[in-house]
Amino acid sequence: MIHLRRSAIAAAALALLAAPLSAEVFEPKKAQELRESHMKLMGAHLGVLGTMAKGEMEYDANVASAAAEALAGLAQGTNGNYWVEGSSTEDLEDSRALPELWQDMEDVGQKAAALRDATQAMQEAAGTDLAALQGAMKSVGDACGDCHKAYRKPEE
Amino acid sequence: MIARALGAGAAIILLGAAGVWVITAPEPLPAAMIEGPPGDAQRGATIFAAAGCAACHIAPEAEIDDAPVLSGGRAFASPFGTFHAPNISPSPQGVGDWSDAEIMDAVMRGVAPSGAHYYPALPYTAYALVEPQDMRDLIAHLRTLPPSEAESLPHELPFPFSIRRMVGIWKRLNMSDDWTLEGEISPQATRGRYIAEALAHCGECHTPRGPLGGLDRSRWLAGAENPSGDGRIPNITPAGLDWSEEDIAYYLESGFTPDFDTAGGEMALVVEEMGRLTAEDRAAVAAYLKSVPPVE
Repeated sequence: MIHLRRSAIAAAALALLAAPLSAEVFEPKKAQELRESHMKLMGAHLGVLGTMAKGEMEYDANVASAAAEALAGLAQGTNGNYWVEGSSTEDLEDSRALPELWQDMEDVGQKAAALRDATQAMQEAAGTDLAALQGAMKSVGDACGDCHKAYRKPEE
Repeated sequence: MIARALGAGAAIILLGAAGVWVITAPEPLPAAMIEGPPGDAQRGATIFAAAGCAACHIAPEAEIDDAPVLSGGRAFASPFGTFHAPNISPSPQGVGDWSDAEIMDAVMRGVAPSGAHYYPALPYTAYALVEPQDMRDLIAHLRTLPPSEAESLPHELPFPFSIRRMVGIWKRLNMSDDWTLEGEISPQATRGRYIAEALAHCGECHTPRGPLGGLDRSRWLAGAENPSGDGRIPNITPAGLDWSEEDIAYYLESGFTPDFDTAGGEMALVVEEMGRLTAEDRAAVAAYLKSVPPVE
């Protein structure tokens, strides 16, 4: 049962990845919507892991592993075709992607790679024990934060 | 007759000028506060993180690690002009040649070794409340950090804000030797108050300012304009922040909000520093934030 659910999550993550890969380029507004949905999906899986890390939910290796797997799958797709020219804060009213993002795509790529590494490490840690999960949260948070600090406009 | 009137006028002007000179005079720390056992650098590392020195004094774009280079150079916009954080690394261009007493006067009173006032971009109204022993420990740690040869940049302030002496009047209006949150609070919230009000100087960004740039303590932590012009700095009184104490403590540790978004902007740097404190101290800050009066 758990195995089935896990496969379903992985398949969903893959389907999500396939979409940006097959399209050439999204309209700027669509790209903004899709990347924000993608981020929120990551937040949802991260929420399962974080709620355990905070001690607000009992640690369960299976639940944690499934969340970590989905998170790692989603992290594979963050540098896809979402970052369309014309979708920065200067172009779209409610965009939070700073124009600086398009000026240093190499750095963005490195930060995306850091997120992939951190979420893969989390996949390992989540099924091990609570202490390992708590430790891995730190690097995942750093990876999220490094990109947000550099390229996301602070909230109003 | 005319000569006598002129003489009297001149006397009044002189007296007035002397008065201004007296009330604007820098006031260093009393010797009793400066003297004490030598600082403990290891303990000072945590105080240093809590005081958030690196967040402002690292080079622009630099990262805060275990041994940050405090070369200065970051620019801070304000309604009065642009301030540049100076080099405070242990080097001749920084504070390497200063005595502990000189550093304490600078940080806790805003008085330079030359006797001149510092502008309150350096949050000495908060640091004035730091325990002297904590400050000596912080300085001992500061002296272990890597030196930088960078020259400090001058501030860009238009007249009349360019007259440093006038900061003396600002200090008379804004220096406080007491806590903003008064009354009965738990021992945990009391510890949190020390960290939040004195060391971490949360109010410097989260409290709105009056026309002269002093903090409006009646609206303590109720949120403020962002001096950089980007959005607003949030209200973190119970009226603005409905997170649980656990949520606040975990945010300060990990940077994750309760819905697992991450800290952004300047607060991301603050979280990096708060992550170096003990779990008890982060919980204390959370308890303090739940104790301040809600301000809509």
